[in-house]
Amino acid sequence: MSATFVGMPAFPEAARRALENTQQRHNLAHATGTIRDKRAAVVAEVDDWEALRLAGAAIKDQTLRHLDDHLVALEAALQERGATVHWARDAEEACRIVADVARAHDVDEVVKVKSMATQEIGLNEALEAEGISAWETDLAELIVQLGDDLPSHILVPAIHRNRSEIREIFRSAMGEVGRPAPDPLSDDPADLAGAARLHLREKFLRARMAVSGANFAVAETGTLVVVESEGNGRMCLTLPEVLVSVVGIEKVVPTWQDLEVFLQLLPRSSTGERMNPYTSTWTGAVPGDGPQEVHVVLLDNGRTRALADEMGRQALRCIRCSACLNVCPVYERTGGHAYGSVYPGPIGAILNPLLKGTGVDEQTDSLPYASSLCGACFEACPVRIDIPSVLVELRGQVVDAHRGGVPKPEAVAMRGAGWVLSSSARTARSERAAAFAGRLLNRLPGGRRQGDRRVLGSIPMPGAGSAWSQARDVPVPATESFRDWWSRTDGGEDES
Amino acid sequence: MSARDDILARVREAVSDAPEVAEPPRDYRRAPELAGEDLLAQFVERVEDYRATVTRCTEAEVPRELERLLDGVLRVVVPDGFPWSVPGGEPDNAKSAAELNDVDAVVTTSSVGIAETGTVVLSHGPGQGRRALSLVPDLHVCVIHADQVVAGVNEAVGMLDPLQPQTWISGPSATSDIELSRVEGVHGPRTLHVLLVE
Repeated sequence: MSATFVGMPAFPEAARRALENTQQRHNLAHATGTIRDKRAAVVAEVDDWEALRLAGAAIKDQTLRHLDDHLVALEAALQERGATVHWARDAEEACRIVADVARAHDVDEVVKVKSMATQEIGLNEALEAEGISAWETDLAELIVQLGDDLPSHILVPAIHRNRSEIREIFRSAMGEVGRPAPDPLSDDPADLAGAARLHLREKFLRARMAVSGANFAVAETGTLVVVESEGNGRMCLTLPEVLVSVVGIEKVVPTWQDLEVFLQLLPRSSTGERMNPYTSTWTGAVPGDGPQEVHVVLLDNGRTRALADEMGRQALRCIRCSACLNVCPVYERTGGHAYGSVYPGPIGAILNPLLKGTGVDEQTDSLPYASSLCGACFEACPVRIDIPSVLVELRGQVVDAHRGGVPKPEAVAMRGAGWVLSSSARTARSERAAAFAGRLLNRLPGGRRQGDRRVLGSIPMPGAGSAWSQARDVPVPATESFRDWWSRTDGGEDES
Repeated sequence: MSARDDILARVREAVSDAPEVAEPPRDYRRAPELAGEDLLAQFVERVEDYRATVTRCTEAEVPRELERLLDGVLRVVVPDGFPWSVPGGEPDNAKSAAELNDVDAVVTTSSVGIAETGTVVLSHGPGQGRRALSLVPDLHVCVIHADQVVAGVNEAVGMLDPLQPQTWISGPSATSDIELSRVEGVHGPRTLHVLLVE
């Protein structure tokens, strides 16, 4: 019953479709505007914000430089505290590990804490194929899951939906998978949250296994950290007997003390609060408290590919706060679905190509261009990821990846222009040819004028070039080249 | 090659020619800016900003305040080691989640309070109960001593033991998932009272 991003068109086409959805544009403008204001207010409260950003970036950079040591330390600390550590090279391997744990306990349902890593690996679909239901318990994830929809934001996956749409989803879908929505149900957010509370409570009380991600994993102690708001995370992390946490290998921080930086940067950047309502930390299995069987899956799935990219490895600093989405003029208008990934927005535009590689599929290759390079994302990023620079670097990689095949029209045009312009004689000849054409065209009847120049209107071009040429008028070439004018008038001295 | 060795080898290969990175600068705020009454006042203001309530009282007034805050509550669970007697309070006795769901309220002590962020931290030792106790009942009364309140996140992290499970609580359960407007009360306790003991 779940939609997937597989087969999404490249960004320009997906964006065009998204822009036609005026309801969604309205919802997004309202929501991103709200969160921008909140974030700005709580960030302004912190005098040492820039020092925290610098520290956060540097801690992550240093961790990534010695990631092998930190991962080995994390593994040892976790094992010492009774956790089972698994390693997963890719999505398939990670999903199989989680499914095996579920099967070992003979469970046919798991409750889930919102987790980008499990979305990235398509865990819900993989479990479904094994006959195991995965219930999302974050309110926004629940809205997406019940609506057979796709997430469109890292923090608020249902940001594209407004309250009346959510009410309809709850009324029509809750009863199919559990406790139905109360009747009557208003579209007041408090009522909708209340309906989710009732619907999920029975699942929390029943579930024997939970799946989570982690915001941070402390290498020296083996402590995992989950930052959340609603308490659904606490329910999943505390009530079931078995807990499996899927953790990207870049989530490691070396020491417990490092959390002082990130627990200041993350809440203010993501929900615009001084602190999120609930933060849970746990270290392995805690006797007499919470799940007594604890698994941690350390996930690569392209992260080592990103790590090998000299410019791009800084994207692995990302703490998934989504501040870059909320300030992005492109995201605000197109929404998250157009990016065709669970990681939308500016960070998605770099993270997806870095994780998957360039030159592999057209959709991923289109993402580095989904930006105006305005730089707002870099300014908002709490760990100072220079997203615009990485975007430019990746554009270069996309172009390089396509070299060798059939050249694109602009490549042919540029090569031709390069040949002409590299020789002054050729340049002069081509200018004279253009001037001759200009004189001819000026004698034609009709046509429009733009300033004191006639314009030809658009020139039909084949294939992809038509999108460019249709929107542009081509001016008639000047009737005399600059060189000819210069020599005729002695550099403008003898104008006549 | 095992997945573990494969991933570690890929990591080493990926950063083999990366430059060394300098020690992270730690020149963010290290010393507390507030103390005494200013600190407590900020703590109260920030906790209340999340629409939790704060009551300031003396040690001797705690039983009376607990009684007042639990007025009308039918069933309240009291963790082992909670230092005050709560009339009608039930011990934990390893209640199942379903049993806890029939309990209306919980009282706990706490480990640290953070003034800057309006946070109380439970580390689930004696008096604080295992994690489920302060999660499933709908009303949470949390007692904190004035000398447990610190200025910021830095001080709190420094005081806490990572090997103990922790729950950092900033106001009642809340969501901003619908149109990014904040709604108090989803899955955790929908009402949080903090008793600040001086």
